[in-house]
Amino acid sequence: MKYALFLGCTVPVRALNYELAARKVGEKLGLEFLDIPEFSCCGFPVKSVDRMTFMLMAAENLSLAEEANLDICTLCSACSSVLTEVDKQVKENRALRNRINEDLSVTNRKYHGKIHVKHFVRILHEDVGLAKIKEMVKRPLSEFNFTAHYGCHYLKPSEVYGKFDEPENPRTLDELIRVTGAQSIPYEDKNECCGGGVLGVEEATALKIAALKLDHIKASGADALVLICPFCNIMYEGNQKKIEKQSETEFNLPVLYYPQVLGLALGIPPDELGFRMNRVKPREILSRFG
Amino acid sequence: MIDVSKLDPNFKYEIMKEPGGEHVTRCFACGTCTATCPVREMNDEYNPRKIIRMAILGMRQEVLTSDFIWLCASCYTCEERCPQDVRIPGLMNAIKNIAVRQGHIHPSFRAQLEVLFAHGRLYEITEFDNKKRAKWGLPEIRENVEGIRKLFRKTGMEKLVKDEGGAE
Repeated sequence: MKYALFLGCTVPVRALNYELAARKVGEKLGLEFLDIPEFSCCGFPVKSVDRMTFMLMAAENLSLAEEANLDICTLCSACSSVLTEVDKQVKENRALRNRINEDLSVTNRKYHGKIHVKHFVRILHEDVGLAKIKEMVKRPLSEFNFTAHYGCHYLKPSEVYGKFDEPENPRTLDELIRVTGAQSIPYEDKNECCGGGVLGVEEATALKIAALKLDHIKASGADALVLICPFCNIMYEGNQKKIEKQSETEFNLPVLYYPQVLGLALGIPPDELGFRMNRVKPREILSRFG
Repeated sequence: MIDVSKLDPNFKYEIMKEPGGEHVTRCFACGTCTATCPVREMNDEYNPRKIIRMAILGMRQEVLTSDFIWLCASCYTCEERCPQDVRIPGLMNAIKNIAVRQGHIHPSFRAQLEVLFAHGRLYEITEFDNKKRAKWGLPEIRENVEGIRKLFRKTGMEKLVKDEGGAE
């Protein structure tokens, strides 16, 4: 199983632990990744400003993977959502496809709609499969209680994603957590947004949205929050100190990327999973791994 | 107080012509969007039902020059729950796209465009970043500005980066 690995803007600069763990876990599970140096921003930040520019940016990236004859694997949920959306539109709307390709010709590129886009976690669930992962687990994480945060753009808009998981009652990440032997425990407002979408516009509002969820997770007694998007991570881990100050509450809640959790279960040494780059140190969890 | 003589009855049609805005008149004002909106829960400034009513009534200037249209987090909670399939995040983007063409772009989005135009990405890739990546055995990342600059030129976005984009 080979994919073009689309890192986007945030992961390769601010989420090296996520990237590192995903590559290690991928290797262990037989996923091969091609890095395409010409990949650039997916287009997401331009969607609010000019729809055509946003579609052209997405289409340019899609065309690069198409040229390599590979489906795209994304790590960021926002990249996943916009690349999937533009791919769907190009496939379904011939007039739009022609218009996009006409404008895209300034970069000498063309996208024909021949590839697919999938989030890394969806690939684990659909293409690798729970059964194979279960077979590969060497160190079951049965002593841990985790809480899954799906975030918005891994699942939604569900019309674009073809409802591969149920947006109001998702299960894929919970199942992937459980297959490691850990518990995925319920908590209030599990499907709520991280607030990242308004961080640049209205920081106080964004932090309040994130604080509410940290509160709920803390109340659940979980050992850590497990997530799958670098922007959700910026909200819950990167801004955790700021939120603690704003809400006068101490959370000290470890935030782990799912591939880091899976990596531990697959027997990969914690050092190779980038835990040193986690800002809220998951000391208690790692102390069980000698 | 709404001054009826200042309303633009064609505003809703203008929105419907914009990709994403097609379903605006389907709204029957049930308020599901506002009730489930995580931004609304924390900030009264943002009220999607009210924005849609203002748009349908034709309060063109008020809507296009407002700050509140930029507050949608694009979480799609309302889109999944809207009984009329109004598709609000797309509708908000349609309204914002019109606002931008009228010279009203939120400063944080202009700043993002500037970074994209300068670096081809939302974060600059410095030598330090690539050194850190190499230390962890991760491949070097490049800034590919030429492609994005050509696209920005083609669609007129370059103008937004280069000047203050004169208001309507």
